[in-house]
Amino acid sequence: MEDKSKNSRRSFLDKSLKLGLLGVVGGVVATKLVDATAQEGDTVRVLTQDGKVMEVDSNAVKDIQHSHESEDYNVREGFPGRKFVMVVDLAKCKNALKCVDVCHKEHHVHTPNAWLKVFKMKDNENSSPYWMPMFCQHCDKPACVTVCPVDATFKRRDGIVLIDNERCIGCRFCMAACPYNVRIFNWGEPVQPGIEKDHHGTPEFGGKPSVIGTVDKCDFCPHAIAKGELPHCVAACPTGVYYFGDLYEDTVTNGEETVKFSKLIKDRAGYRLYETMGTSPSVYYLPPVDRLVEFEDSDYSYEQVKHVPIPTEEKE
Amino acid sequence: MSTREQIIKKLAPKEFNTLGVIWVALLSIVSLAGIIAYIDQIRRGLEVTNLRDYAIWGVYISNFVFFVATSFVGAFTASILRLSQKKWRTPLVRIAEMVAVAAIAMAGVAIILDMGRPDRIPYLFMYPRLQSPIAWDIIIITIYLAFSVMLLYIPNIPDFAILKTFYKDKPFLSKVYGFLAINWTGSAKQIKIHQKSIKVIAVSMIPLALILQSVDAWLFSTTYRIGWDSTNLGPYFISGALVAGIGALITAIYMVRRFNHLEEFITDKHFDKLGRLLVFACLVYLYFNMNEYLIPAFKSTQGEAEHLQELFFGQYSLMFWFAIGGGLILPSILLMFRKMRKPFPMFIIAILVVVTSWWKRYIIVSPALLHPFMPIQGVPEEWSHYFPSLHEWLITGGTLALCILIITIFVRFIPVVPIQRTLDEMEITATENDKN
Ligand code: SF4
Ligand code: SF4
Repeated sequence: MEDKSKNSRRSFLDKSLKLGLLGVVGGVVATKLVDATAQEGDTVRVLTQDGKVMEVDSNAVKDIQHSHESEDYNVREGFPGRKFVMVVDLAKCKNALKCVDVCHKEHHVHTPNAWLKVFKMKDNENSSPYWMPMFCQHCDKPACVTVCPVDATFKRRDGIVLIDNERCIGCRFCMAACPYNVRIFNWGEPVQPGIEKDHHGTPEFGGKPSVIGTVDKCDFCPHAIAKGELPHCVAACPTGVYYFGDLYEDTVTNGEETVKFSKLIKDRAGYRLYETMGTSPSVYYLPPVDRLVEFEDSDYSYEQVKHVPIPTEEKE
Repeated sequence: MSTREQIIKKLAPKEFNTLGVIWVALLSIVSLAGIIAYIDQIRRGLEVTNLRDYAIWGVYISNFVFFVATSFVGAFTASILRLSQKKWRTPLVRIAEMVAVAAIAMAGVAIILDMGRPDRIPYLFMYPRLQSPIAWDIIIITIYLAFSVMLLYIPNIPDFAILKTFYKDKPFLSKVYGFLAINWTGSAKQIKIHQKSIKVIAVSMIPLALILQSVDAWLFSTTYRIGWDSTNLGPYFISGALVAGIGALITAIYMVRRFNHLEEFITDKHFDKLGRLLVFACLVYLYFNMNEYLIPAFKSTQGEAEHLQELFFGQYSLMFWFAIGGGLILPSILLMFRKMRKPFPMFIIAILVVVTSWWKRYIIVSPALLHPFMPIQGVPEEWSHYFPSLHEWLITGGTLALCILIITIFVRFIPVVPIQRTLDEMEITATENDKN
């Protein structure tokens, strides 16, 4: 069912992210990156610690045991040795809403319960308007986690903030606490055709199923990361607005280009939303300057996003 | 001078007359309507409310805050009055204690009504996380409930013993009172223990009540929300609670006095004192309101300015000025006149104060939620307003009725004016060989 471009993006990510890790940690720790398909004489690209891309013989890369395979993988601990970050390039966003579409399809949510919204922003009278995708910022000091009375929403070592909707008591304190207002509550029985309601989901794949009386939000797609894929929105964006990657590897990719995270943030004056609040988000925004796409105004309203259809069939 | 028997007869709880029966029936109907609405809410989810992703808390939470405030004052005044050895306080204390118990019990209920998954309440004890203000709230409410029940029960033991003998001809009632009296004989030793325990409970009640009210404020001030993110919120809530609670107390005292014909024991003097207390509370609360609204208005940072604009002139302005003007300024002016501190005018003013206090809680909770930092976009237009739905009104009305019903039942079975204490104060000793 997956189209080709997505496949190639996926394998690219696989290599770039995993090879990236090789460069880090002083080249001592490498990761399992050579799959059975690698043959003698093949070269692979490696990102060194200072950000250079090198081609090396695939045989030179040792297959070592990655720490998370030796430990029992734990949903609440996350992927060991990783710290995921996202960069959103506002200069490229043209409100194509493909991210919203795919998010809804994959997570079986629909408007107005969107976990990912594209806001029409205008910072002050004189500045120009721009589109801004908004979703959970996966804060490193998440206000939502601090206030949760039952540990239903939790922060993992890999930076992801998730919700266990089998635990959530529906007090909505996390929603009051989150300064970014990205949390969604299931006020009634969620409409999710094709999803078994008595099925017990995992916090790593939000929306399968959504549970009445509990909170939902963007989960950073750990189910995709586990398969070596990019989060759905990142893969779907036609203009490559989203970059996803690993802070420790200092690499982010939007599926087309892979760049050094620190350099990108430095060069493009990346910022985080409401830095002053001290929530320390994992999502960075690049200011909407030197636009790559024109801002085409549209009457941004509920009507415009309402079109996103209710998904009818189960994938997989 | 009245004899011991006459006084006991006067002060013993009375059976309901017709009016009482109608009253109880009315309260039961309203409570029942609330219960039915709640069952429907459980069935269909919080969808039946008008709460949505921006207005995530509404009337249930403001109602909860109101109950906590009322209870706080009940217990707080009761303890202070108990500890101050003033004689005049005797008839007031017990009503305050009844209000405290009923209101805190309903506060516990009110917070459950707001939960999306009430079936998961045990998780609060199975997986508690102590850094969550909700955990603090649950701990303090439980302890406070236990203490307020003790504060109501323990001082009552001698009266239960009196009632046991008084109701000799009603074996069942007598038995229940006997059980509650736990073999009270009034011996010197018992009296000593009794006095001591009351003192311990009354003293502990004061910090407990202050913590309760502060934790309640911290539920809000620990968030980043404009309108809640204020260091003023603790004392602001405490002083607001004083106003709401004294108002509720006056209303309760007036009604009990009226229907149980206790004019002889609860006199104009008591109302006069309560009136002064209410003025004091209103003025203190006004002061904290100035801190809460005028100082941010002076600076007018963007978010605050929008929020205050809505309160002062926008869609909440009517409620806001009604709460400030009608609930604080007007009562403080009126009550400065001695004439207004007579029972009936006080009763009317107290009702006004209670109603506006309730609205005030609503204004604290709702508007702050509708001014998030990020714009409200991509949701239906209705989501940027909030007004409670029929279900919410019915359920909230049910909790209020249930609270009054609990107080009514207390009044029916517990002497509102302590009998033993009154006898002691009038220096009437028992005809039997009472060592005291
Ligand atoms: S953006 Fe909100 S929901 Fe997401 S981690 Fe931060 S505080 Fe929590
Ligand atoms: S609504 Fe659920 S996730 Fe949010 S604070 Fe309450 S229990 Fe935790």
